[in-house]
Amino acid sequence: MGHPLLEVKQVKKHFPVKGTIPFVPSRQSVKAVDNVNFHVMPGETLGIVGESGCGKSTLARLINRLISPTEGEMNFKNKDLVSLSKRDLRTVRKNIQMVFQDPYASLDPRKRVGQLIEEPLVIHGVGDSVSRKRRVAELLEIVGLNPRYQNRYAHEFSGGQRQRINIARALTLNPELIICDEPVSALDVSVQAQVINLLKDLQKQFQLTYIFISHDLNVVRYMCDRIAVMYLGKIVEIGSYEEIYHSPKHPYTQALLSAIPVESPYENKERIILTGNVPSPIAPPPGCAFHERCPFVMDKCKTETPPLIETTEAHRASCHLIKKEEE
Amino acid sequence: MGEELLRVEDLFVEFKTGSIVTKAINGVSFSLHQNETLGIVGESGSGKSVTASAAMRLIPNPPGRITSGSIVYKGQDISQLNESKMRKLRGNEMSMIFQDPTTSLNPVFTVGHQLMESIRIHKNLSKREAKQESLRMLELVGIPAAKQRLKMYPHEFSGGMRQRVMIAIALSCQPQLLIADEPTTALDVTVQAQILALMKDLQREFGMAIMMITHDLGVVWETCDSIIVMYAGQVMERGSVRQVYDKPLHPYTWGLLDSQIASDQNSQEVLPAIPGSPPDLSFDVQGCPFADRCPYVEEICRESKPARVAIEDGHEVACHFQTDTSELTRKEEANIGASATGS
Repeated sequence: MGHPLLEVKQVKKHFPVKGTIPFVPSRQSVKAVDNVNFHVMPGETLGIVGESGCGKSTLARLINRLISPTEGEMNFKNKDLVSLSKRDLRTVRKNIQMVFQDPYASLDPRKRVGQLIEEPLVIHGVGDSVSRKRRVAELLEIVGLNPRYQNRYAHEFSGGQRQRINIARALTLNPELIICDEPVSALDVSVQAQVINLLKDLQKQFQLTYIFISHDLNVVRYMCDRIAVMYLGKIVEIGSYEEIYHSPKHPYTQALLSAIPVESPYENKERIILTGNVPSPIAPPPGCAFHERCPFVMDKCKTETPPLIETTEAHRASCHLIKKEEE
Repeated sequence: MGEELLRVEDLFVEFKTGSIVTKAINGVSFSLHQNETLGIVGESGSGKSVTASAAMRLIPNPPGRITSGSIVYKGQDISQLNESKMRKLRGNEMSMIFQDPTTSLNPVFTVGHQLMESIRIHKNLSKREAKQESLRMLELVGIPAAKQRLKMYPHEFSGGMRQRVMIAIALSCQPQLLIADEPTTALDVTVQAQILALMKDLQREFGMAIMMITHDLGVVWETCDSIIVMYAGQVMERGSVRQVYDKPLHPYTWGLLDSQIASDQNSQEVLPAIPGSPPDLSFDVQGCPFADRCPYVEEICRESKPARVAIEDGHEVACHFQTDTSELTRKEEANIGASATGS
């Protein structure tokens, strides 16, 4: 094993909440990302799953430094992302690109597709206008679009084609890491498969590293080498996809997996139906954040926060039950 | 299954914007019985939602228009019924749940107010009785502390809770037909499982028919009795869920089934995808609408429109090569490879 491409250590992001009294700053904050640790190796795909509001997207934006963490350390190729100056950040960002969820909202409707894809090159001052045009044509070809489409506007394309344009934009500067924030959630199944195939293809072709955020567990399983499960701003379980899917340790992961719809009308699935709602991230419950909804809750869970415990190599979960098994 | 509740026959709907006429629905027929759940699947733009809106006569006119066909509800053709009579049916006899629970509730009224509104309109109850009734409905859909919740506004509810409120409103007058337009698409998987279980329970209790519109085949397998597969405003295949699952007949259905990622999908293999995208319905589609994307296409497909043929009892398909005399054999992974580059 070489060096990780990205290391995230004890990263926190707390958003302050507006207080009830005007002009008096409130002490409360939304703990969107709370003490998250993980690393990503070059060439691998790390999946991040969890319900809405668990902090998946905030984490993505932190890694790209679109927002700064409240606390913690993030190393990208051994460079500290947190302390970088604005200028250095620009060069680092060339290497970290992002594909967003909504292909309708993420493309400027007033720009032609050629301009949209060329834009990163212009911003970073790469090449002259002839070589840039050549690169745009090449990129369109790579993502499976006709290079003649350069002069069209975004509204002339279907959802799947727009997502291809977004992927072309992300590839423009030859990044090493691409963060895909729910890249296929807004697409139809038949188109979804096209885009997933494209992403996999590109990964092989350009040795890309992906962080793949999704709430569709089947997509994540197909795409990813390792998977991190988030709940209320924390990673509750992380491990290889085989480990997570075949022997999930955390009750939350088990519930998530059991909620996947059946695959045939003959299948009758045993479900762990979670009761209640995700608690408020402003005042998360003490102890294990999941204890209010956990079917196996013990007294200990209500007071003590379980640490991430290694169960097998490279598989960690934070649940008091795991320790019990060992004893 | 009970008696026939709704029968849609040869329905055509078009939308006119400027000089462009988009033919959204082209000859859709199906029927729905009491206690039955019918799944309508297809890609976006295939006419699933328009079909549902047409069944409730909710197509805005202009620009939309039902150009021909009949919608028979309990033996009465409602396709030309006037608005005031329709109003008595909607809410009372048939109601609808929409995809996005955030935008389908009014943000400036309390949940209780919105629940009582439909109860008071249709049931002729006093304010107090209506309040009692709405409390009962909220409890029925599993909202804790219902009494306090009645006084709250939609923004104080989570997505799953809002969808429960929507279901409570839709069911408050015990309709016989519930149309659910992608009721769980905007929700997380864990909440989706809760809502689907709730809908099944309520169906058992009230015996209503459900029209479930979705693009997730998993949801269909889980909840539906029969299924229609739509493409470009036409029904490509229809049958019972088990018929379609055991022996899918239309190449489009094959494509849809293949492009779902299975839990045992080998991640080293390329996913089978349907290359291309659906046709533009503002142009007349000659022949089979799926011809351009079909791996089995032949000349006849582009020339004439295939008729719907019943292969088995209740299992129908519209494909030139799937008739009672000839049969198309499904190529294994016919379009692999075309998927990554096809746009």
